[in-house]
Amino acid sequence: MADPQPSLRQRLALRGIDGVTLLALPAILFVLAVFIYPFAYGLLLSFEPKEGGALANYQRFFSDPFLYRTIATTLWLAIPVTVISLALAVPIALRVRLMTRQRLLTTILVLPVTLGTVLVAEGLLNYLGPQGWFSRTLMLFGVIEHPLKLTNNYWGVFASLIITGFPFTFLLTLSYVTGIDPALEHAAATHGAGAWQRFRHVFLPLLAPGLAISACLSFVQAFAVFPSAILLGAPAGPTRVISIAAYQAAFEQYDYSMASAIAMIMAAVQMVIVVAILAFRNLFYRGSTAGGKG
Amino acid sequence: MLLASSQFDELRLDRMSRSFGTVNALKDISLTIRKGEFIALLGPSGCGKSTALNCLAGLLATTGGSIYLDDRRLDQLKPEDRGFGMVFQNYALFPHMTVKANVGFGLKMRGMAKAEAARRVDEALALVRLETQGNKLPGQLSGGQQQRVAIARAIVIEPPLVLMDEPLSNLDAKLRLEMRAEIRRIHNQLGATTVYVTHDQDEALSLADRIVVLRDGTIRQMGSPRDLYENPDHLDVAEFMGYRNRLAGTLVDRDGARGTVDVGGVKLSGTVRGDIATGGSAIVVARSDDITVTDSKANALAATVETIEYRGREYVGTARKADSAEVVFHAARPVSVGNPVSLSVDAGRTLIFPA
Repeated sequence: MADPQPSLRQRLALRGIDGVTLLALPAILFVLAVFIYPFAYGLLLSFEPKEGGALANYQRFFSDPFLYRTIATTLWLAIPVTVISLALAVPIALRVRLMTRQRLLTTILVLPVTLGTVLVAEGLLNYLGPQGWFSRTLMLFGVIEHPLKLTNNYWGVFASLIITGFPFTFLLTLSYVTGIDPALEHAAATHGAGAWQRFRHVFLPLLAPGLAISACLSFVQAFAVFPSAILLGAPAGPTRVISIAAYQAAFEQYDYSMASAIAMIMAAVQMVIVVAILAFRNLFYRGSTAGGKG
Repeated sequence: MLLASSQFDELRLDRMSRSFGTVNALKDISLTIRKGEFIALLGPSGCGKSTALNCLAGLLATTGGSIYLDDRRLDQLKPEDRGFGMVFQNYALFPHMTVKANVGFGLKMRGMAKAEAARRVDEALALVRLETQGNKLPGQLSGGQQQRVAIARAIVIEPPLVLMDEPLSNLDAKLRLEMRAEIRRIHNQLGATTVYVTHDQDEALSLADRIVVLRDGTIRQMGSPRDLYENPDHLDVAEFMGYRNRLAGTLVDRDGARGTVDVGGVKLSGTVRGDIATGGSAIVVARSDDITVTDSKANALAATVETIEYRGREYVGTARKADSAEVVFHAARPVSVGNPVSLSVDAGRTLIFPA
């Protein structure tokens, strides 16, 4: 005899819920514990300032130039770093795609990831510092008369962010570039497109959605800059980034509520930029990048 | 009206070669293609036919010889400066552009005025019967339609030469036949000079004015489809043209072009190709439809039936001789698997090659 009503198990299975679904449970608990809860806690904490009304922290942030200017300072680092990383990654990836020994070059380019910010910072201090051999070499050849000031300012942080951020951008870009069917370039070339036209009309439009994702990741990473801003920058002035402001609020003034407010502002700025990039991405074709039936 | 444009008389390959390291993928290919000709490069995979096409297109540099379009030397030019059209095996349509933009790509790269380009794109789409699909993306079209777009994209620029790289091999059997007729029709209508690469002899036979059979990077034989089909002058060309049966034996008698070979006691006669002296070892080749079941045991091949397939009008089977050679034959009536069978060979269409 057939059961007129499918069992609960069957009905759940139809909606894609079965025993395997339970495997997602640890991940859900983890996300709740380490992301949702701290975020919600921080958000609430930011509305409970030491003194004043619920919005006092935010009012203070946006009325104190020493605080609100950190947004511009951070953007002034993160945006150029993102743009330059991408601008370097695309041509290199386009070239590496054609090479037979990709692995060696890829390894060299990716190595900085394994070094860590502090080691890179230390290296840059020795290399780019006033007594470092970058300046000394240039002086030896008479290119410059006095050592260049490349550390403990904007350029030190900038260089460090490029070095540590570039590998991520490059690897992502390379995977997008190699995903494009080489026959498309051949088709473009035989039908009269020169190298620049092939890039402009075929590669760029097909890469744009991927590049947008690379840009988001690169930007978020650069926007959260902290160690190199302190080690290589001028944390009191030109590289007083927003995470330094949050750090000082939390661990120098012991005002966790204010620190939370700054963290929320930081998140909001990142969100605005990321949403803008993703909206831009929607303007492009996002389907398969194969030239036909696979 | 689209035209088989660019005034030129002939495209000449002069000892064109390409080697990869020490491997010669293409050795001294010399070939003159006249305006309006449809040439098929035919051969098994690895014979160098795709290498030859890519060298012609400029996608692969040649390592020797030269290519001339009349007096203009092409082999040093980049692909974008050769002005050819090309149809790829996997279509290679730009997935982010509409059908119209794909077809108009070559015209845009040439800086043609928009109105004129649009008119030519419409004409090309009409020619491949896709007038109504112009605003779709390639991904929304079927395989056959995509290949038509690719053909339109190649011909709209009115190139002196259209290159086609196994354009039908990604299509299913029925569509392949349709598109084959379509390519022939477009060629008849435009008269565009075409070099067509394929490993399918049916395609080559039905489309080409002239077939060039490649083997190991060299030209093995070239000629009209009928020439190659009836008079292959190499064993491997014969094999490619459907002579599926190979029977080894000894030449016992020769009279001019005719000869007789003793194949395990059975005397088979046929046309001799190449140099064989009486008493020398020879290989008799025959098409499966020239080997038929006979009732008489006299001078017939004895074999045991292994498989039999119903093909509508007749039966096609395989049988194995006592010396373990396989014979493919046709039969008007079914024969039972496992039973002995006598097979006669049509002497008028049999060829004899040196072993």
